[in-house]
Amino acid sequence: MNYFELFSLTPSYRIDTAILAERYRELQRAVHPDKFANASEQDKRMAVQRTAQVNDGYSTLKHPISRAEYILSLQGLDLSHESTTVKDMGFLTQQMEWRESLEEIASHTDPDELIDELRDSFGRYEKQISVQLASVIESQNKNDLNTAADLVRKLKFMAKLQEELARAEDALL
Amino acid sequence: MAYSEKVIDHYENPRNVGSFEKDDPSVATGMVGAPACGDVMKLQLKIDNQGVIEDAKFKTYGCGSAIASSSLVTEWVKGKTIDEAQAIKNTDIAEELALPPVKIHCSILAEDAIKAAIDDYKAKNEK
Repeated sequence: MNYFELFSLTPSYRIDTAILAERYRELQRAVHPDKFANASEQDKRMAVQRTAQVNDGYSTLKHPISRAEYILSLQGLDLSHESTTVKDMGFLTQQMEWRESLEEIASHTDPDELIDELRDSFGRYEKQISVQLASVIESQNKNDLNTAADLVRKLKFMAKLQEELARAEDALL
Repeated sequence: MAYSEKVIDHYENPRNVGSFEKDDPSVATGMVGAPACGDVMKLQLKIDNQGVIEDAKFKTYGCGSAIASSSLVTEWVKGKTIDEAQAIKNTDIAEELALPPVKIHCSILAEDAIKAAIDDYKAKNEK
């Protein structure tokens, strides 16, 4: 049973995370080890395994990047353990520029303004990538799936930038 | 995680940080990134008309191992021909820096940066 089936969801990049959270709470209650206090050893073990599976499934489907990676893994593309190098010059130049801007935050005359500006740029770009990703990830076409994989890789770089932005913001406090 | 002394040395005193003018015909630029950790690496080589690498500079945003790998590579490629530089393997880098298995991808990134720079040089000089 895959994670989408576990949570009775149609496999999709665009899922309703509120429904996911609701199903998660239901399943968690149903398989909670406390309910199996008087059950056989085997049933107890099963309940513990089930709980772990429900937790893993929830954390995988909750975040867009891990959800996208999971969808691709169901199609036979494993991105989570790859050490592929990205060589897209335009994309990487933009990444470099954003990294340089992040470095400037601390010495900027108006750091908050720069932070807001970067947050907007990152958000817009992520949104754009996400929209493209949603349109290709469910395709059965091999080319589309490779495009989807590239888009997921880009989202991973963006996640790193967001992390660095949060760090730079914390450093100002 | 404990870094080796060589990694710490390159991390604290990185060699050849900076940039050359990208549009200079003798300058080759290699840009690579690792999606797993979001590291971005730029390696630039200044190549004379005999195909010998005169100088190298890098700029890397990433962990200590990624910075050390690219710093080391700038030292290694100087004085080498393009073909010799192309022969540098990530395993040589990983061994020199005593990188742990989880950081091997940093050395792969540095090797790919050399290859990307050489590809850029070849593309520039075909025109």
